[in-house]
Amino acid sequence: MTIQFNDETFRGDYSFRNSPWAIKRFPFPFHEDSYMYSVNMEQHRGGPAGSVYEKRFDVDEHYVSEMRDRALVLAEDPLRCQSLPHMTLAGWDLLELIMVSKSEDYPDLFELHRDGDRWRWVNRPMGIDDTFTFMDETTLPYGPMEYITRQTQGDFAVLDQRDDNLWMDAGMVTTQADWSLDFDIGMNFFEWHAPVPLAHEMGIFKRALKFLMNVQQGAPARRLNWTMTVNPLLDTSPENYHKWGIQKTELTPENIGAKQHLRVELQTFYRLPRSNALVFPIRCYLIAFQDLVTVPKWGRRLHRVVRDLPEELATYKGFIANRPMMLDYLSQYDDGLPTSPGVWPDLDTEPPLQK
Amino acid sequence: MSKFQFPKSIASRPVYGTLAPRPGKAHLMIADAEGAEALLDLAAQDVGLMAKAHILYIPRTTGQAYTDRLRALEPAQFYVGPSFDAALPRLRRVLSDAHMGLQVYLAGTEGLMGRAAAEVAAAGIPLGAVQTEHRGSVARRMQCVHCKGITEDVTTDPFTCSHCGLNLFVRDHYSRRLAAFQAVCIDAEDPGNVPEPVELYK
Repeated sequence: MTIQFNDETFRGDYSFRNSPWAIKRFPFPFHEDSYMYSVNMEQHRGGPAGSVYEKRFDVDEHYVSEMRDRALVLAEDPLRCQSLPHMTLAGWDLLELIMVSKSEDYPDLFELHRDGDRWRWVNRPMGIDDTFTFMDETTLPYGPMEYITRQTQGDFAVLDQRDDNLWMDAGMVTTQADWSLDFDIGMNFFEWHAPVPLAHEMGIFKRALKFLMNVQQGAPARRLNWTMTVNPLLDTSPENYHKWGIQKTELTPENIGAKQHLRVELQTFYRLPRSNALVFPIRCYLIAFQDLVTVPKWGRRLHRVVRDLPEELATYKGFIANRPMMLDYLSQYDDGLPTSPGVWPDLDTEPPLQK
Repeated sequence: MSKFQFPKSIASRPVYGTLAPRPGKAHLMIADAEGAEALLDLAAQDVGLMAKAHILYIPRTTGQAYTDRLRALEPAQFYVGPSFDAALPRLRRVLSDAHMGLQVYLAGTEGLMGRAAAEVAAAGIPLGAVQTEHRGSVARRMQCVHCKGITEDVTTDPFTCSHCGLNLFVRDHYSRRLAAFQAVCIDAEDPGNVPEPVELYK
């Protein structure tokens, strides 16, 4: 299908909206009525047609506006994109991976023409038509990682693999769930996850690291993560927390359906061929509670998950203070009926709300 | 003086040991204030060590209390400086000459050890050749995540950023590259509601 790109904002007047198409394909992260950490990795080899899992790098109706928001963030704070000197080769690997994937998966939107090292890249939605020499930084307006990730939705952490660990040595991070690339760059896998509660004790990170270090070329993996965000604010950065934190206190029973968003990260993992680095795209999807509850199964389930979430997790995810109000709202959409297993909306088989 | 036992914390927070003599072609020792005590203890374990040692010492508030005793160890090279920043050009010059087999010993405050360790790492010295021992003040070197300014020697939580003036709380999340802990606005969600500062670890 041809995507109609929205003209919308993720700040100020927050005109971001999900169309009915985007609501139906939202990556709802809960496969059952409760949530606890797990490694929850699976192969990233496509998914149902039209789902966010189908393509290697999902492009949706928010693409153009998200890229505009990224450019605003970078103009304000260039430290959101950094690459340690040894990571340039991984940047070229990433550029190649994205250009090849997008031009194959969305031939009507992106074209890549290669004549030896002479490459021509056409990005139709963004009006870009550039010719450059592959592996020659002087022929691009930015470094290779920055160039391509200014044109690709989602944050990107590029991880070097050495000493039996993964090191966050490069990244483009403007749609993060409250972590700082500038602070974390250069850290190993355990260090940058250090602030996460409970999961270390559960052995989650040891197992995840083992899995990730063994991701092979051509066999990417994926998982989902989630949190909560008030207003469709993509850039929930610690850098700007003193500016946006106050928005968390602006929820009322009247506006919570429109303002409170479930924030889901589709995290994928690709081995890069020349550098042996691992690239970790973290794609953020937002959905307002009032849109989410139009899917009866998701309304029922989200209420149960939020209600039963351990206090440490609600605190870490930053919504402990708003949880009672969220539950008041969500309980209207939980009639106590059982829910079908799995994440899909099951609109044709799940009963409508019985109250 | 008894050593402070830091409470168990998260994985990014550095942990410190006790300096022990190791075989090496050269020994680089960097200490501030009471960190001198750790070097004195180290020297007492191996009298031969100092003949191949270069000590960089920053007395800070301890004045003359340790300098004569350190000098009396007869290190091959002995430098006393007024601040880490003042010692930095010399440290970098020394590191530019470093060879395989260099052993590094860091002692004193977390700020001193952190900054020295970052320089040593940037020079390509393997982590395994670096030992640390905390002595003296438990003050922390904090980076404001908002303005990126560093506030040295923070002893309370919360504290005021010495650059942008925001009220910040002290996290244990630590960057070795920056040699600093992370500090985050404490009253973002309730402006003006700042708890009374409490001394760290009290």
